[in-house]
Amino acid sequence: MLFIVCLGFLLSIAILFIHKFIKGNWAWLSTLIPLTSFLYFLSFIGDIAQNDVIKVSYSWISSYSVDLSFMLDGLSLLFVLMISGIGTLVFWYTSSYLKGHEYLDRFYAYLGIFMAAMLGLVLSDNLITMFIFWELTSISSFFLIGFNNESKSSRKSALLALGITGVGGLFLLAAAVILGQVTSTYTISEMLSMSNEIAMSSSYTFIVVMIFLAAFTKSAQFPFHFWLPGAMKAPTPVSTYLHSATMVKAGIYLILRFSPILGETSLWNTTLITIGAITMLYSAIQMLFRTDLKAILAYSTICALGILTFLTGLGTYEALVAAMVFIVVHALYKASLFLITGIIDHETGTRDITKLSGLKQGLMPIAVAGFVAALISGGVIPTLGFVGKDLIYESTLHFKNNAWLLTGIAIATNVLLFYGGFLVGVKPFLGKKPEALPHLHMPSIRLWLPPMLMVLLGLVLGFMPYLLGDSLIMPGAEVLSRGESGLHLKLWHGFNTMFWLSTLTIAFGVIVYLVLKPSDKLLRFSEKFEFISPKSITQYLVSLFKIMSKYWTMLFQNGYLRHYVATYVTFIIVLVGYLLLKDPVLKIDYNTLADLTVYEIVIIIIMFLSTLFTVFTPSRLAAVAAMGIIGFAFCLLYLFYSAPDLAMTQFSVDTLTVILFVLVLYRLPKYLKFSKNYLRVEHGILSTIFGGMITFLILKVISEPKNSEISNFYAENSYVLAKGKNVVNVILVDFRGSDTLIEITVLIVAAIGVFGLLKLRLKARDKK
Amino acid sequence: MEILLAIMTGVLYAAGTYMILRRSIVKLIIGIILFGNGVNLLIFLLGRITKGNPPIISPELKHFTDIYADPIPQALILTSIVISFGLQAFAIILVKRAYKVLKTDDLDMLNTLDEDS
Repeated sequence: MLFIVCLGFLLSIAILFIHKFIKGNWAWLSTLIPLTSFLYFLSFIGDIAQNDVIKVSYSWISSYSVDLSFMLDGLSLLFVLMISGIGTLVFWYTSSYLKGHEYLDRFYAYLGIFMAAMLGLVLSDNLITMFIFWELTSISSFFLIGFNNESKSSRKSALLALGITGVGGLFLLAAAVILGQVTSTYTISEMLSMSNEIAMSSSYTFIVVMIFLAAFTKSAQFPFHFWLPGAMKAPTPVSTYLHSATMVKAGIYLILRFSPILGETSLWNTTLITIGAITMLYSAIQMLFRTDLKAILAYSTICALGILTFLTGLGTYEALVAAMVFIVVHALYKASLFLITGIIDHETGTRDITKLSGLKQGLMPIAVAGFVAALISGGVIPTLGFVGKDLIYESTLHFKNNAWLLTGIAIATNVLLFYGGFLVGVKPFLGKKPEALPHLHMPSIRLWLPPMLMVLLGLVLGFMPYLLGDSLIMPGAEVLSRGESGLHLKLWHGFNTMFWLSTLTIAFGVIVYLVLKPSDKLLRFSEKFEFISPKSITQYLVSLFKIMSKYWTMLFQNGYLRHYVATYVTFIIVLVGYLLLKDPVLKIDYNTLADLTVYEIVIIIIMFLSTLFTVFTPSRLAAVAAMGIIGFAFCLLYLFYSAPDLAMTQFSVDTLTVILFVLVLYRLPKYLKFSKNYLRVEHGILSTIFGGMITFLILKVISEPKNSEISNFYAENSYVLAKGKNVVNVILVDFRGSDTLIEITVLIVAAIGVFGLLKLRLKARDKK
Repeated sequence: MEILLAIMTGVLYAAGTYMILRRSIVKLIIGIILFGNGVNLLIFLLGRITKGNPPIISPELKHFTDIYADPIPQALILTSIVISFGLQAFAIILVKRAYKVLKTDDLDMLNTLDEDS
């Protein structure tokens, strides 16, 4: 199973080597990859229908109990079949849709990564692995949305989508970690038996909220829905695959998967019902104002996702069955509508509904497919859509509270979904073809076959819903529900309430379709309210955040060296000063001052004066000379205090430095005072405090007893082990010999640098 | 004597910091050198000071019999002196080159933020 999951990854790695091949006429061969997975998973239908659960585990990071464990049950089988099945059609479709595109190879690579990640996500039995796949889908989605990376709006949409879904992923990680702590396992199937413990634990609310945030951001629920219409900037196959049929359903999958673990509390049910209902209505109304075919489909997708959230929130057995059927229904009609939109776009070059009509001339088969897709979307008998809508009404009507209110909301949404479906699937094909549109002819079979197959499946399953029901939906519902079973899908239930409600929906839908004409006026009207939409508010917050972080950055990172140094120094003063002031008492033995010799006092005075002179002299030469004097005073100091080696080194180095300085001096400009006076005073005070603090620190340290363990080791062993009597030398060349070697290397590098800089001849253009 | 040296270290630190905060690159280098001297003195002091007893074992002995100056700070300072020489030499030459190309030694004139470039 791991191999099948990773096929997509393998494909994208392989594309690195065979990209020329993929870009040529053999692009359609990549279809074999999803097809293989599809057939592989199809072979499990028999086992799953017997309510078997297939578990495979590969050990990965076992010490953190993160393993690649996969679980195939009814629910995940439904999803993997959808992912690989629609994947097959989309791979096939793309080979013609993006034929000859410069980056077709990249596109397939991203698509491969996405498919593998998505399969991994729905198969994972380990929460951490699930999180990794979850984030992988967000990342591959980012690349796919931004596929037309020359377009600014495309890049912006990609970033927005990544921002929202990426943050959502982090919520999932938070939930996973806390769940892992509560249940001391990351395995989802093991959590099933612990739902009571989880519900009792104090982190329950936190976990649920985190799971919700993850699911709502991924599945575009209000108020996080706004990234999805933006994601329509992606090429149409991507919109079909990621942003209607599969990726956005990952959030739904998550809440479905967790409803047996976390569900059946009022927090769980009420939130899902409320958010689902708001999303349904909000996006259904938004749909009325759109004129771009893909925008209409985007909002109708959000609407469908709202319905799914809503159904999961109801949480009854009927509702869960309804949700699972509706997932299939939606995938079938939405994917085909998207693909049809892609064909229209491909053939006419526009997606504006107000400019499209009469396309049935030349595109008749597509028109038929569009009509059937619209029927499925509208839930007209005898399609699978009817079965789905029937189940939705059944579950709202049988819900214990506010049944009629919920049913009302469901009807209103379905009316608008009907309208949306017909708007995209039927309207462009009817009427007279405008002069502006080019002459149309049927596109390649690779374009029209996929939508055709899907609507056909929608029809067949409509007549024989038990094919779907017994093999996938029932085993899936079995996993989710607590022991209930036995609902069988049927197309015809007789003239019951649900049937009349369905008829009512269709009637209203037809009226709305006939009365309402999409126009630019409506679009402009809705744009007036754009400023209070969640998208604008988020963007406003983001820009505010940017301004703030820029200000914050400039506060510390303004590009002036002295500013950085001043910040460091201030920071050290505050930190160390705070510690020192906590115990400000100094134990100083003033008696040592009595032993001072004249030489020592004279050296200190010389050092002190030349330091002051170095700082304040207006002449550069004087400053360098004074610095040399400090160096030589250091030599004497080292000599007095038993460090002859240091004295010698300091002497030679100091001489060299001064000579070097003098050599370059004459080439330099005048030694000017650049800084303003108040800045000099400010820096003076800062430096003085810093110096004072260092003095204080030293006095504090030397009043403590010294630990000479290491020094004693060297002193003891200098001759015994290293046969040397000058301990400092022995340390440098023997005990720490390799350090000295590195030090020499550093010097050589510096010397090469110096040499290079001296010999460097700049080209004329660099001198400017 | 430690007290005086501690004060001297503080003075060197203060002078070094002040010079580093100036705009002229030459002053910056002088500041780094002063600062480096201050650091050396600090390390030296942390090993405590001993008069007239260098850490060299007498030719006829195998161990120290008398007190001796702490060799570790000395080894550290020796390294530090040599490395800072490398740094200084490189910096001085760099200043020279920078002046030749840009005709200024004002740090603020060498300043290019990403947005301006």
